[in-house]
Amino acid sequence: MNDIIRRDPRSEWIARNRLHPEHDAVVARMGGGASLQAAQWMGPNGIMRRNPHAVGFVGPNGIRRIDRSGAQIGNAAGAVRREAAAAPSRRQVRIEEPAFYVAVVADMPGGRLSAHDRDVLGLARQLADANAAEAGAVLLVAFGELRDDALGDAGVDRVLAFADARFEGYAPELRLTALGGVERQHAPRHWLFPDSPLGGAELGRRHAVRLRERPATQVWQVADGQCTGRGAAGGADITRALPRIVLALAECAEPVSDTTHEARAIALPAALPQVLRRIEDLGAVAVDPAGVALAEAEFILSAGNGIRDWDGFHHAARVLGATEGASRVAVDNGFMPRHRQVGATGTWVTARVYLAAGISGAIQHLQGIQQCDKVVAINTDPGCDMVKRADLAVIADSGEVLAALVELVEGVRKEQRNAA
Amino acid sequence: MQREGSRNRTGERRVKVAALVSVGRHPVTGRPRRAEYDARAVEIGLSLATREDLCLVHAGECSPETEVALRGYLGMDIGAVDVLQQPASADIVPVLEARLRDLGPRIVLCGARGETGEGSGLVPFLLAERLGWSLVCGLAEVESVDGDTMTVLQALPRGQRRRLNVRLPAVVTIDAAAQPARQSAYGPAQRGELRRLEAEVTPDRAARSWTTVPARKRPKRLKIVKAASARDRFKAAAAKAEGGGGQVLTGVSAQAGAEAILKLLREEGLLR
Repeated sequence: MNDIIRRDPRSEWIARNRLHPEHDAVVARMGGGASLQAAQWMGPNGIMRRNPHAVGFVGPNGIRRIDRSGAQIGNAAGAVRREAAAAPSRRQVRIEEPAFYVAVVADMPGGRLSAHDRDVLGLARQLADANAAEAGAVLLVAFGELRDDALGDAGVDRVLAFADARFEGYAPELRLTALGGVERQHAPRHWLFPDSPLGGAELGRRHAVRLRERPATQVWQVADGQCTGRGAAGGADITRALPRIVLALAECAEPVSDTTHEARAIALPAALPQVLRRIEDLGAVAVDPAGVALAEAEFILSAGNGIRDWDGFHHAARVLGATEGASRVAVDNGFMPRHRQVGATGTWVTARVYLAAGISGAIQHLQGIQQCDKVVAINTDPGCDMVKRADLAVIADSGEVLAALVELVEGVRKEQRNAA
Repeated sequence: MQREGSRNRTGERRVKVAALVSVGRHPVTGRPRRAEYDARAVEIGLSLATREDLCLVHAGECSPETEVALRGYLGMDIGAVDVLQQPASADIVPVLEARLRDLGPRIVLCGARGETGEGSGLVPFLLAERLGWSLVCGLAEVESVDGDTMTVLQALPRGQRRRLNVRLPAVVTIDAAAQPARQSAYGPAQRGELRRLEAEVTPDRAARSWTTVPARKRPKRLKIVKAASARDRFKAAAAKAEGGGGQVLTGVSAQAGAEAILKLLREEGLLR
């Protein structure tokens, strides 16, 4: 569309004069021709003019209603305007010739950015955009397969993905040579790592030692070329000049929220040197789920007052490989030990999947499972609070459903064994 | 606590183990004590080597307060601790490196990070890099040591474990996943010996320009609502935590319900 505002003094005059016989037609034309009267239009000096008489709609009781969310106005012109308003909420940023790089080595569990990674990327964005005269680019270094398709929204300009299967698992030496290759090729001004155990904390320290740089660790604030980090096991705050390598804690900066970047994949450094691998990963070890602490269990099968067949429940937990939990009622009635209680008075759990069998969901219990990702409820009462909280709810007797689930899983396992 | 005695997991061959110990600080009272993770490292060392082959090394000041803390390690059935005397402002890595070269242990155990000073957790990394040894983080258990390799379990989040085969000599860091240290007994702690050794002092020049203050509480992150209109802002402020959007299966058989649950568990990759 043409950006130049063309004035039509005659139609403006008609639009101002509500008694003019052509008034309605002219106003409708100015508002895009869809509605009878335009609520707002661009005035001659580039100022938005509003017609308060055209705002809102007449409700079913004959009363004029104004809905500022715009959800109910059947006004095509309004809809177009609303879309236009919603679309550019994130500004597109492209950096063609970066003056320098800020490298972020993200943990990316499961190939997706974690909340900690996003915070560190937000910090990298601050460092890259600190000086308007020379625009830096944020370079994301990721190991393993990338499954996140919204890297640009997290503030990533360039992506270096070492997707080779060699980098999967525990391969700190190989990853270190890869980072060395990035260092030689791009020489980033800063290296940022999330200070998370077994992720950036280890790799970042190894990399810093290899580059003979002294990193700032456990950093939670960066401002004016100074950074503040925790020292003495959380007992002290150490402020120092911002070094080249920074290991930052979660919530060190706000994640990027108002711009979107291009996240362009760039070529990997050619020919990494061969390394002598001193550590060999022999794979994960099967852990008895009953021995895992409830607070850090990944998959919890929890029982409440609706469970009658306790042997069947324990059997189901064994077959599914779940850690057992219980509501307060089940513990008070003596069916489960006290250290298995989930909720405000028991353990606050962080499971990825929480399977609640026969639990109605008292508020204390729901508090205890706040941090669970997926909640599955099996309950006979469709109106209970647990069903409202659940991502998947099955309205049936919990004992029967658990028995059917055990049967299904055992059937699948038998098939797999026969096929193998 | 029931223990399996001083079990030796190294078979017939003797293996020399060094444990690096530091002075800890009680998180509530602030009094000096044995450092939590270092004590766990000593505990693992006791299960790997005999008392003669386990050597404890401390680099730092030896004042009456720190002596109390170091005697905490002696109370764990340890004969002596080597104290390399260093002022608080010194870089302890060169002197530890030299000491380890003299001792020549196959395994060096240490806590993941110190409880006083910078506490960056860099010392094991620097030692492993300078000595050219392997480095393993977050050790939960040593399964076996044979000849030039050892098999260890590494602790992963959520109580999971990973088995690693590590070439020796190796530096190993220990954190909360390893078994807790035994209680320190008073009598042996008083009888044990603190061998004070003179050592060269390398000042830590970079740390002079730092300012260190007692930790203050980190500001809580606010929920920032970026809303275009007043109505959106009001909705965000007044919104209740609503579950909503969950799938509810009513009037289905137990089999159909179980299948739906199984599908979800498969999607989350929880069934093996």
